[in-house]
Amino acid sequence: MTLELTTVPLQAYLALAAILFCTGVWGLINSRNAVRVLMSIELMLNAVNINLMAFSSYVDGQLIRGQVFAIFVITVAAAEAAVGLAILLSLYRNRETVDMERFNLLRW
Amino acid sequence: MTIASSTQFICFVALSAAVAIGALGVVLLPNIVYSAFLLGGVFLSVAGLYLLLNASFVAAAQILVYVGAVNVLILFAIMLVNKKENLAAIPGLALRRVLSGAVCAGLFALLLRVAFSTPWATPGPVPLGDEATIRIGEHLFSDYLLPFELASVLLLMAMIGAIVLARRDVFASDIVTGEPADQGLIEKSRTPLLLEKRN
Repeated sequence: MTLELTTVPLQAYLALAAILFCTGVWGLINSRNAVRVLMSIELMLNAVNINLMAFSSYVDGQLIRGQVFAIFVITVAAAEAAVGLAILLSLYRNRETVDMERFNLLRW
Repeated sequence: MTIASSTQFICFVALSAAVAIGALGVVLLPNIVYSAFLLGGVFLSVAGLYLLLNASFVAAAQILVYVGAVNVLILFAIMLVNKKENLAAIPGLALRRVLSGAVCAGLFALLLRVAFSTPWATPGPVPLGDEATIRIGEHLFSDYLLPFELASVLLLMAMIGAIVLARRDVFASDIVTGEPADQGLIEKSRTPLLLEKRN
């Protein structure tokens, strides 16, 4: 059995991150529930983090700058989730719904 | 082919399948509680991928921050806004879904083309093993010191901002009569303009 499975290539991680990012974008556009929109944003941030970590391990193995960037991205994502859910709660109190189609106060 | 590399390959295939299927479940499942738990599964699988990439510290941070904080926060938000509502039908929803799916497929094809046609400098230096945590600490306190401090200020701002945004304006008693006032009535009387007209 001459199966060449030497190691996982960098492109496999990039393809996985692309799948995750595109799924997140689709969910961000098409979700009716506002909580699901926030979950899609978290999926996209995780896709970016996978890219950073893959480059950090494959290209920049000694100065692991990608891991430091991933830690900063995780920090910002935590802050974003807290503020986003607080905005969502306040919005729910005003409009009494979480339907994205009815948050149309700023629609042209 | 060593045993370690084949084990690594099998782990990568299993974890990436879990990530892809879990992400599709997060986006597509009708019940949002299932979506939230699947999101936790996706975060755990991504942490496993970080372990495969020689980054144990970031994997631990991923589990602590994402699974322990963000996912629990999302579950609390689902619990707080949990009202059964029948979503009104939107004209052209199917067309919009198909169009956005086509746009996302195009974006995916573009990303794949970039990933597979760029000559990456892939046999880079040998990745650090367990010393990665030490190196991250050196980075955070030497050349990334300013972003580190800014991140702490950002977290403080986000914490105060979340509290201010999500808190109710509590009036324990009515100002004029001194009677205890009902919080729901205060909010209803304060925000009638934002509520849509119901027929």
